[in-house]
Amino acid sequence: MAKNRDSGGLPSRRELLAGVVGTAAVGAGAVAGAQQGESPKPRPRAPEDPTKMQGLVPRPLGERSAFETPRRLVRVLEPSSSSRTPLQYLQGIVTPADLHFERHHGGIPNIDPERYELLIHGMVERPQTFSLADLKRFPAESKLRFLECSGNGGTAFQNQGRYPRMSPQEMDGLTSSSEWTGVPLKLLFREVGARPEATWFLAEGMDAAVMTRSVPMEKAWDDAIIAYAQNGEPLRPEQGYPVRLFLPGWEGNASVKWLRRLELSDRPFMTREETSKYTDPLPGGKARMFSFGMDAKSLITFPTFPERLGGPGWWEIRGIAWTGRGRITRVEISTDGGRNWEDAELQDPVLPKCHVRFRRLWNWDGREATLMSRATDETGYVQPTRDALLAARGSYTRYHYNQIRSWRVESDGQVFFAG
Amino acid sequence: MAAAEDDVVPPVPPEAGRAPPRPELHPGMPGLLNEAEREALAAAREDGLADIGHLPEFGFGETASPERIAAWDIDIGPDGEGLPPGSGSVERGETLYRLQCVQCHGARGEGSQFEALAGRVPGDRFPFAEDRRYRITVGSYWPYATTLFDYIRRAMPQAAPGSLPPDDVYALTAFILQLNGILGPGDSLDAESLPRIRMPARDRFVRDDRRGGPEVR
Ligand code: HEC
Repeated sequence: MAKNRDSGGLPSRRELLAGVVGTAAVGAGAVAGAQQGESPKPRPRAPEDPTKMQGLVPRPLGERSAFETPRRLVRVLEPSSSSRTPLQYLQGIVTPADLHFERHHGGIPNIDPERYELLIHGMVERPQTFSLADLKRFPAESKLRFLECSGNGGTAFQNQGRYPRMSPQEMDGLTSSSEWTGVPLKLLFREVGARPEATWFLAEGMDAAVMTRSVPMEKAWDDAIIAYAQNGEPLRPEQGYPVRLFLPGWEGNASVKWLRRLELSDRPFMTREETSKYTDPLPGGKARMFSFGMDAKSLITFPTFPERLGGPGWWEIRGIAWTGRGRITRVEISTDGGRNWEDAELQDPVLPKCHVRFRRLWNWDGREATLMSRATDETGYVQPTRDALLAARGSYTRYHYNQIRSWRVESDGQVFFAG
Repeated sequence: MAAAEDDVVPPVPPEAGRAPPRPELHPGMPGLLNEAEREALAAAREDGLADIGHLPEFGFGETASPERIAAWDIDIGPDGEGLPPGSGSVERGETLYRLQCVQCHGARGEGSQFEALAGRVPGDRFPFAEDRRYRITVGSYWPYATTLFDYIRRAMPQAAPGSLPPDDVYALTAFILQLNGILGPGDSLDAESLPRIRMPARDRFVRDDRRGGPEVR
């Protein structure tokens, strides 16, 4: 890991300056996120008139149209440990599993599902192991929920307006929404006889980092899931195959992937991930620990860099909003840099702890404009400005960057990130 | 059985390979529940169990033997729980470090393109939210020395994680603490002494106070 990359996988300034984080790859019609070093393929061909010939026969495995080449964005300067979702490419709220962002600390392990076991022990009456078949035999539960790395958006926060050529993917591509299926953790904890005095549990992965986080027991009794499926099929390897912990609304790092062990205790374990990393320095010489919840956030995904609007007239401003504290109740949009705000329409379904799609029609007059979005959640929390976040947390706090983002539309239609 | 915030926490029943008694936890440690948090947890437990009250007990899965648990139970608590027998000196740690760690973390733990491991802030201030001149390191930021043992044993060296025997991990932990000015050149570490080390930044950490609502925190 680069020494100056200390915010959950943010690109370093050096990498950004070197232009390796996709800026070199965007433009010229390429979707942001095209891999550097990949030579551009010739444009696929299609018949002049497809009604005059038989089409393809059915195939056992579907593929995207050859004209669609979305890519996650992977850094190339070093062995990378993250890839980012092309948010500006997506519609609706579900992230296709192969475009779901990834972040890991020891690579993606290769695990045989037949040899898989989950061990639960510590402050329990009956320490037990569960095979994958055991887990699948329990009553299942499916939930559409977002997952976001708490380092997401750090470059935008710490480099105010210095990188106008950032797409939503580069800036905030460490968030996704999926349907997650698995066993409610409380069911497993009841099976093993979790003792009432247990206040924390350790979740441990079976990757090369043997990733560990301490999780408050309250989350287990609430909505934690031991997930084995995503968007209808087994988890992708990079999402924790065959089994991961999933903690709805909480920072991604705590949803330990490739889960092999849960140990119940009456104290947190103080692992490296929850001390050296994933703590938030605050003004006044303190740092917040166990800052799990993701505060309300919204992001315009169209129009954004590298888009160029074809001319004045009607355009639909689109984006996503989410909160770890329940439901999004309102998203407002400003087209004049935050002086006036108007409500956007929220697209059904508006689910708790899940991306919500918002839209608002905009009649662009062709003059320079600054677009912003601002989310409110059911607790009454309003997505803060960068200044408000800075005042509360300091300039160089790490993680949880949910400040309002803005996009400048220039008179020629070119859109840039504007801080 | 869990204790109030400012009490000595009694040990949990010993498991295989564990060595009680454990040193007490310091009172301000984030994550030790106060009375109100304890009540909230009891209520959450009741609600959670009520949610699944209509479901039978299934009895799927196998009993895990103490040996089965011991094979995976490698975590070290901030009180030293789980530390294995063994010991290692700063001197031996330096030799091991030069062989297995220096190429990535630098001769004095200054880092390369990889993480820096050593460095203190003058006066042990904690200016990280406002001043980016100082690095987040073991000496400037890590609240517990036990975390170093736990992390090195599970994840380092990067190309051979989990390969170091306890004596080596004690020695490397001791050497990195010496690089940070926390141990002297003649010191050694074992299961008794490691959890007693008080890290410079120990009391800098606070529990999350964000709860939603209108206030930005
Ligand atoms: C091949 C390079 C490499 C070698 C060799 C290596 N490390 Fe690391 N080390 C890393 C990387 C990369 C990380 C960060 C891992 C991550 O992304 O979570 C790291 C992280 C660490 C950390 C945590 C740093 C922090 O601030 O959180 C410690 C402690 C550490 N290494 C100790 C060691 C020790 C001791 C050795 C020798 C036994 C060693 N390392 C050998 C690459 C290496």
